[in-house]
Amino acid sequence: MSIQTMLLTLSEGFGLTLVIFFLTLVFSLPLGLLVALGRMSKFAPLKWLVQAYISIMRGTPLMLQLIAIYFGPSLLFGMSLPRNWRMTATVVAFVLNYAAYFAEIYRGGILSMPLGQYEAAEVLGYSKTRTFLTIILPQVIKSILPAVTNEIIILVKDTSLAYAIGVVEMFTAAKQICVAPNSPGLLALLAAGVFYYVFNLVVAILMERVEKRLAYYR
Amino acid sequence: MKLLEMKNIEKSFGDLQVLKDINLFVEEGEVVSIIGPSGSGKSTLLRCATFLETIDAGSIAYVGQYAAETKTAGGRAEYVSTGELKKLRNNFGLVFQNFNLFPHFSVLRNVIDAPLNVQKRERKAVEAEAMELLGKMGLADKAKNYPYQLSGGQQQRVSIVRALAMNPKILFFDEPTSALDPELTQEVLKVIRALAEEKMTMVIVTHEMAFANAVSDRVIFMDGGVVVEEGPPSEVFGNPQQARTKQFLEKYSD
Repeated sequence: MSIQTMLLTLSEGFGLTLVIFFLTLVFSLPLGLLVALGRMSKFAPLKWLVQAYISIMRGTPLMLQLIAIYFGPSLLFGMSLPRNWRMTATVVAFVLNYAAYFAEIYRGGILSMPLGQYEAAEVLGYSKTRTFLTIILPQVIKSILPAVTNEIIILVKDTSLAYAIGVVEMFTAAKQICVAPNSPGLLALLAAGVFYYVFNLVVAILMERVEKRLAYYR
Repeated sequence: MKLLEMKNIEKSFGDLQVLKDINLFVEEGEVVSIIGPSGSGKSTLLRCATFLETIDAGSIAYVGQYAAETKTAGGRAEYVSTGELKKLRNNFGLVFQNFNLFPHFSVLRNVIDAPLNVQKRERKAVEAEAMELLGKMGLADKAKNYPYQLSGGQQQRVSIVRALAMNPKILFFDEPTSALDPELTQEVLKVIRALAEEKMTMVIVTHEMAFANAVSDRVIFMDGGVVVEEGPPSEVFGNPQQARTKQFLEKYSD
């Protein structure tokens, strides 16, 4: 296998890596906020339910969650699975897992907001929704940005866990290349490592830019 | 006309009773100062007046309209609906000890956001009024700045403008200078004094005795959740009747 073929195969895998990455972010960032609000709800049953969900998501390996969601429906309910179920299950597992982590980050940010901000808004007649969306949330986003960046960088690397259920993302592709006849061997893994590293470098630079854009106030 | 009537206010935090049968009436154009040691209940009284705390018993009315009322003797105070409370909030503004400006809004946005989005007033008029008020406070050149770029005294003046921009009938101050050094304190007191001269109705919780003496029509001395003494400043400061008042004021006389 030539170097070109190797890079082409890796790039194809990287495409799937990107899909998992972006879909996970697009869904888990808003879902995490809802989960955080549920976790802080005064309605006890909802709070307990959300607490249990977060506890399981954080307390068990993501790889296990991937396997459970991929095989669960057919093993437990005998459901026949749609053709693209492998990829759907991957994204569902990632979204559920990351929403739990993001929820705790949001919660920390929300709890760190001074009570005085709520009181000032209340006296000025802002509704609770308006207070949260225009006064609290923008400040929360700024304060949690470093923690979110951390989580996003971990996500880039976690996408490789999809190999557990046979999704041919970049890491799976690299492993397949390694064992192929006339393969460039471990060079494929090294190349994959460079892909991940460069991707994360871009993520870090972009997030730093966002942080700088929000630095206009303290 | 009585702008604010608080009658027989009772308030406890757990087992600790912080307000015991308090009455507070404020006439239009009147400046009332509330003084007293820490823990005397004066801030709590202000927070009850501004609905930040709920009273256990008694009644609160703005311009004759009840916000909360105890209907049966010995019963608990019942508040009107959230919508009614929202309308009643239009009667007052509150200036906090720690300013509580919105850090992510510019000075101008801090001032105009509520008039625009809560009172739904027209932008042009609101902005013109805001700029005029900022100008009066010597802050016209700070309109585009963010709160962190201002001194404490400037921040507090912005928060006074923010409250005034809602056109309140009555303005409450909760220790407005306690977070400021002496120089900045004078800067803020000057502004409040100017408002008093314009006959703005104000209730001021303060530790600045000389200021309370100079600016108030009436002074209320609170201790242990009760009003110990109340009257014109010349009486309360010049000729206090209660031993507790004398004892408290002596600490400030030097």
